[in-house]
This record gives sequence, structure tokens and C-alpha cells, in this order.
Amino acid sequence: MSRGGLLLFQLVVALVFFGLWQLLATVPIFGHIVLPPFFFSTPVNVFNRIFKWLIEGTIWRHLVVTLTEAVLAFVIGSLSGALVGFWFARQQTVAAIFDPYVKMMNALPRVVLAPIFALWLGLGIWSKVALGITLVFFVVFFNVYQGVKEASTTLLDNARMLGMSERQLLRHVYWPSALSWMFSSLHTSVGFAVVGAVVGEYLGSAAGLGYLIQQAEGVFDVAGVFAGMIVLAMFVVAIDLLVTKVENRLLVWRPNAGEGRA
Amino acid sequence: MVDKAKPTAVALDDATVAFRLSEARVYTAVEKARLRIEHGEFVAIVGPTGCGKSTLLNVAAGLLRPSSGTVRIFDSPLAGLNREAGYLFQADALFPWKTAIDNVAIGLEVSGVPRARALERAQAWLTSVGLAAFGNRYPHMLSGGQRKRVGLAQVLIRDPKILLMDEPFGPLDAQTRQIMGNLLLQLWTADRKAVLFVTHDLEEAIALADRVVIMSAGPRARIIGDWRVPLSRPRDISEVRMEEDFHALHREIWSVLKDEVMKGYAQSSQAPVEAA
Repeated sequence: MSRGGLLLFQLVVALVFFGLWQLLATVPIFGHIVLPPFFFSTPVNVFNRIFKWLIEGTIWRHLVVTLTEAVLAFVIGSLSGALVGFWFARQQTVAAIFDPYVKMMNALPRVVLAPIFALWLGLGIWSKVALGITLVFFVVFFNVYQGVKEASTTLLDNARMLGMSERQLLRHVYWPSALSWMFSSLHTSVGFAVVGAVVGEYLGSAAGLGYLIQQAEGVFDVAGVFAGMIVLAMFVVAIDLLVTKVENRLLVWRPNAGEGRA
Repeated sequence: MVDKAKPTAVALDDATVAFRLSEARVYTAVEKARLRIEHGEFVAIVGPTGCGKSTLLNVAAGLLRPSSGTVRIFDSPLAGLNREAGYLFQADALFPWKTAIDNVAIGLEVSGVPRARALERAQAWLTSVGLAAFGNRYPHMLSGGQRKRVGLAQVLIRDPKILLMDEPFGPLDAQTRQIMGNLLLQLWTADRKAVLFVTHDLEEAIALADRVVIMSAGPRARIIGDWRVPLSRPRDISEVRMEEDFHALHREIWSVLKDEVMKGYAQSSQAPVEAA
């Protein structure tokens, strides 16, 4: 299917969805409204709310806060995850010692840490960044760890026969293969950085998209909740597009890098 | 052709390679192999699948240590990797994240040649393997044959005195194999390195080599025959196959190899394990 055709069908899906929602929320069927506006609001109200936020400019402050938290969580989480993953893969003893603790930490639902981070770091952005880091770190860590451990033996043998020292192996073989694994987890880790920020805000903050949604819920403002969710969704789609661009640029040597994601 | 005044390039004496499978079980891949490759000599090793041809090659490369026996490279015992050797692997061994020209240049860069100079030499090597215009392609954008050409340039740019090749043209189609064989001979003729070429294709071995060495079926594979190829050089791979001498030698070697190939098939269906 052509790009334009695909986009058209994607738009049709959205229109049908919102059309049905509007219809069921406003037109009585057999004298009965299927989606009472108090509980479900209406698309018109929701989009009015979004326009109001955009025009009044109140939304930008929240977007900037959430974006800052997500970016910080992503950068710190992936850098530390990559470094530790690299270190563990090269030092099997260290990896063996820490193995059960890594598994425990990873099994822990990170949401339970949010109140602790709020306690330690306050209600500002850093408690959200910390939550995001705990999510991003493990995704990147496991990918880089696997990537370095499973660097092709033929490639390593070839590199050694070409006269590479251990340091040169790190630079020319281990590091690029770890990076490629890190980038393959880019979409997941960026998503987790946003989740960390929003969940953290939801549980206690004074700004951000999570805060906005939580405030609206607190006063049964359903239109506000859905408006917040839609802005958040748009925000994630935009970030994902950006990530795809970066990925295609950096992984140009990959067989299917040019195709990108749908 | 073979310069007797220079020391033997590769000398394996009674080289045995055994792998420990568990406490009580040892798998002997190659037993008491004795092999000499003189300076400037092209030797092909042929044997049934799984006979330990690649094992022998890895021993000569220093990637594997023999459990007993000695390996001498230009008359000095081999310790660690064989620094005199270039190794062309059977599987793709190009760095997927480097372009063709960077893949070739890296061999020089690691030994401290400035990048500009290395790139210049790499371009010259790409030209001599017929890929002058493909320097900016990544390996996945090249065909199998083109990747082998880049691999060949990557190994040869370091000017190794010994060239080890492990079924390098195995995955290629018949026509490409012949073209690659001729390219290899043409490059080899320029400076006559000692070559150890592993293949399962007897015709390819005779067409390329000065000597053809036959190995028995594994386990405990041994070297069971050594023939000098009486064909003149320079050769053309596809034409040399028409000559009477080629057929005579092929018949002679095949009469020995045939039995081993059958044994190899029979053994590959059993567990190749024996008590220590």
C-alpha cells in the first residue's frame, strides 16, 4: 500500500472512532444515551479543551516539564545501563556475583519505588527522573549485556588475526556491537522514560502531563482526563518519530535500517 | 617456484588436537598431523566434512593450541596468534558497521598507519579486487562474492607472509567461485605467499594448488595423502579442468578420497565421542 493510502486509512480509523464516540455520547438510542457525557465526555469537548490549553498556553509548561524529565531519565538511564552492561559482559565474575540482585531489581514493579523517590528527592523533577532511570536502565543494560556477550566469534577471531589488541577490540568490535543492541532497544527505552515521568507526576508533583491528568481526575473532569491522554499520546508519537529518524541515521549499516518502523 | 633456501613457512609435527567434552570424554579431532608448507607454496587440504580441516587451519593460525606436537612458523615455535598469517574465514567476518573501504583499511590502522594513508592503500586494494566503486557500501549492500573480495583485500592489505583460507568460496555459486579462484591466483602470482587453502571440493583444490593434501574422515583424522599438482602456471581455473593431467590426478586422488567421504557420511550419523 502506498504511503498516502496508508495514512488515509489510518485517518479513517481515527474518524470512525471519534465519530462513534460523539454519536453514542449525544444521540439517544431507544431513548437511552449509551455513553453518558458525565463519565465519557464527548470528543468535541475533549478537543475544545485541548485547543483551550494550546491557545491559553498552559499546556506548554507541563509538556516542557515532562519532556525534561523523560530526556534526563533516558540519557542517564541508557548511559549507565550501557556502561554497566558492557562491564558485566566483559567481567563474567562480576556478572555472576550480581546476577541474582539484577534479577530481583528487574522483577520489582518500579511503581512501588515512586513514593520512596518522592520522599528522598522531593516532589520536583528529580524523583520522576529517578523513576524513569530505574525503568530505562534495565532495558538498555540487558540489551548491551547480551550484545557484547554474543559478539560473533568469527568477527572476534578475524579482528584478532588482523592484529587488534584488546583495546582495539573494545573500540572496533565490542563497542559498535553493544551500541547496535542499545539502539535496537531505543524505542522501548524512550517509551519507558516517558512512562517513568508521567507515572511519577501522577503520584505526586506540581507540574507535568501526569499532574494535569491527575488534577482532572480529582474533580471528575473527564474531558480534562481524555484531553491529557490525547496530548500525551501525540507527544509519544512525536518522540517515536524522532527516535526512528535518529535510528536510521545511526544504524545506516543495518540491513533493514532504511525501512524504518511502521 | 618453491624457494628451498628460505625456511619452511608452516611446519606441523605430530600435531594432535583434542577437545575435552567432559571429565571422562575427550574428542580427538586431528591426530599426529605432519604438514610442511614451503615459502611461496600453495597447498590445498581436502577431506570429507567434519574431518578437522578447519581445526588444522586454526592450529596454524594460533587460534587453537595442539594438545601435543609442535607448530613452527618460519622455523620458530608458534606461541599465541600467528602474526605472520592472514586468515580468510568461511563465514562472513567483515565488520558490518564499517564500509567496505573502512573494512579494508582497518588492517593497517590497527598497526598504526595514519588513516589517510590507510584509506589510500585500501582504495588501491579495492581496485585490485575489482570493487573500486564500492568503497562506501556497507557489507549488507554487497553480494556474497563482493563481500569475499572485500575480505580478501582486508587480509592481503597487511601483506601477511602466510595466507590461511577456510573454504573461503564455499557459500558462493559455481560461476562466482571460478571468478574468485582466478582472482586469488592472479593476486597470489604477484608475490607468492605461502597459502594453506582448505576446501571440500577436490576440483577446486587441484585447479588452484601446487600440492593437494588429503585428510581421512574424523574423528582422529590423519593426513593420508600428499600429491604434487603437475599443471603449469599461470593457470585459468576453468580451462585447466579440461587438461588430461588434471583428469588423471583427479582420478588418482578421488580413488583415495572416495572411501573417506563414505566413512565421513557414515560417522556423521553417529555420536563422534570416545572414551579417553
